[in-house]
Amino acid sequence: MTRLTLTQLAWTPLGHGHCHHQFQLRDANLHVAAGEFVGLIGPNGSGKTSLLRCAYRFSKPEAGAVHLGPHSLWQQSPRWCAQRIAVVLQEFPDAFGLTVDEVVAMGRTPHKGLFDGDTEADRQLARNALQSVGLSGFEDHAFATLSGGEKQRVILARALAQQPELLILDEPTNHLDPRYQLELLQLVKRLNIGTLASIHDLNLAAAFCDRLYVIDHGKIIASGTPREVLTVELLRDVFGVAALIDDHPLSGYPRITWITRP
Amino acid sequence: MMARRYALLLIGLGALLLVSCVVSLGFGPARVPVEVVWHILLSKLFGIGEVNWSAGQEHIVWLIRVPRMLLGALVGAGLALIGAVLQAVTRNPLADPHLLGVTSGATLGAVIVVLHVGEIVGLLTLPIAAFIGALLSMLLVLAIASRHGRLDSDRLLLCGVAVSFVMMAVANTLLFLGDHRASSAVLFWMLGGLGLARWELLAIPSASVLLGLVLLLGMARPLNALMAGEQTAVTLGLNARNVRLRVFLIASLMTGVLVAISGSIGFVGLMIPHIARRLVGAEHRRLLPVSALLGSVFLVWVDVAARTLIAPEDLPIGVATAAIGGLFFIGLMRKR
Repeated sequence: MTRLTLTQLAWTPLGHGHCHHQFQLRDANLHVAAGEFVGLIGPNGSGKTSLLRCAYRFSKPEAGAVHLGPHSLWQQSPRWCAQRIAVVLQEFPDAFGLTVDEVVAMGRTPHKGLFDGDTEADRQLARNALQSVGLSGFEDHAFATLSGGEKQRVILARALAQQPELLILDEPTNHLDPRYQLELLQLVKRLNIGTLASIHDLNLAAAFCDRLYVIDHGKIIASGTPREVLTVELLRDVFGVAALIDDHPLSGYPRITWITRP
Repeated sequence: MMARRYALLLIGLGALLLVSCVVSLGFGPARVPVEVVWHILLSKLFGIGEVNWSAGQEHIVWLIRVPRMLLGALVGAGLALIGAVLQAVTRNPLADPHLLGVTSGATLGAVIVVLHVGEIVGLLTLPIAAFIGALLSMLLVLAIASRHGRLDSDRLLLCGVAVSFVMMAVANTLLFLGDHRASSAVLFWMLGGLGLARWELLAIPSASVLLGLVLLLGMARPLNALMAGEQTAVTLGLNARNVRLRVFLIASLMTGVLVAISGSIGFVGLMIPHIARRLVGAEHRRLLPVSALLGSVFLVWVDVAARTLIAPEDLPIGVATAAIGGLFFIGLMRKR
């Protein structure tokens, strides 16, 4: 089965001046096995988005390599990658009044030639994708009129319609109510395909991820299971906050409680 | 359901365009009854029916109005198409064919020819010079806008606007210093008109509009994705830069051809796509044909207004599109 591997990755943003050390990457190593849910955590500006962009062939690394299975991404076409890797971003196609089914149908783009129409199979895939995110019946709604959570789920449905082997999510739970945060991550987890997600909420990361990578100042500084990674020391050193860590009373994964002083 | 509604709309618009094309031929400084128009068309196209009209009527309908009507339909379709795709790739609802510097380049070319060169290759001199100007300003915009091999849409728009201003400054200076009789000829061209239409001049615009329609329809999926955003387009397997560059080239070349022969006709490229989106949504496989048809119908009728309102003079069609289009849109907004 395919796995994503990032080796010795280095990348610096273009055109942001010389003194801008944020968002750059140094010697990043990371891998996602088939069916594994891997989380990427780190403070704001630590390079999470930069690293994900390298992983889905948007930013070309200066050094190092990105492989999907045995194939180097940068020796394959964007189309080849899009047939295998689907991405859920924070970018929403609000501008010109697309409907929900049009947004989901976009997911078929990498599988289509120039003048190909939609086949019944394409439409079925789009319907199934919408159904699995719980939005059947929303086909003709204007995308722009949906709530933030619904938009996020439609974008996930588009990614599913792409039939990917690997899913990359950039802060998929941002702006969602607790209910939709949980539902979205449960849904992704049930898909059982390799997933790399940057996650802001550390308790969610602890609950859903098989393994975590911690990135700080563009370097991967820790990796392992949530229990190995999420320690009081790490939270203090990397995130600059004090916390208690104990076990979730029902599920047993690590639970973080922030120590706050009023 | 949706597909059937769309098919009906397409057929309806197609029929409306055909009827408009025929009926519009009767209007002008000299009225020609519709049935005479019909008989002339039947006789010319299929060689059937008896001649029961004057040679003057035949001349007016077949040699003047038919090419003019066809040019109007082509220009309307072309400008609407260009506007629709430029709005998508720049994600800017105010993008229009004249924003990218092509039109002002064409104007400068036209001004130079009218003031300083004269009609060295006959009737075609002005269109050729305008097209060369359009081409040069397109290359200039591209050269300035691309950086590190990247071509992002904000820079493209801003460069287009900047190049436009410089070109227009030069053109206006030449006009201001030049012969005033010549400048009224240039002014007429700048305000847009279909008066240049001749049968022998129709081949190039029709080829470019049809080719453009086919190419852009082939890019409908990439256009949808690009409209959703640059990163989205990349994650859907597109080379966003290439798609944008290709769309820009196609749009600029088409604009160059259309502007060269008909001057700068505003409003159509800006507003027709929005009206079309209200009818069929933003999905480009549906949007592009509808935009083209609406643009054709619109311009055919606006040209009727242009040649009848102050007959026997021609009102510049750019003035008419702006006035009619603007009023129409204000009405549409107030109704909502």
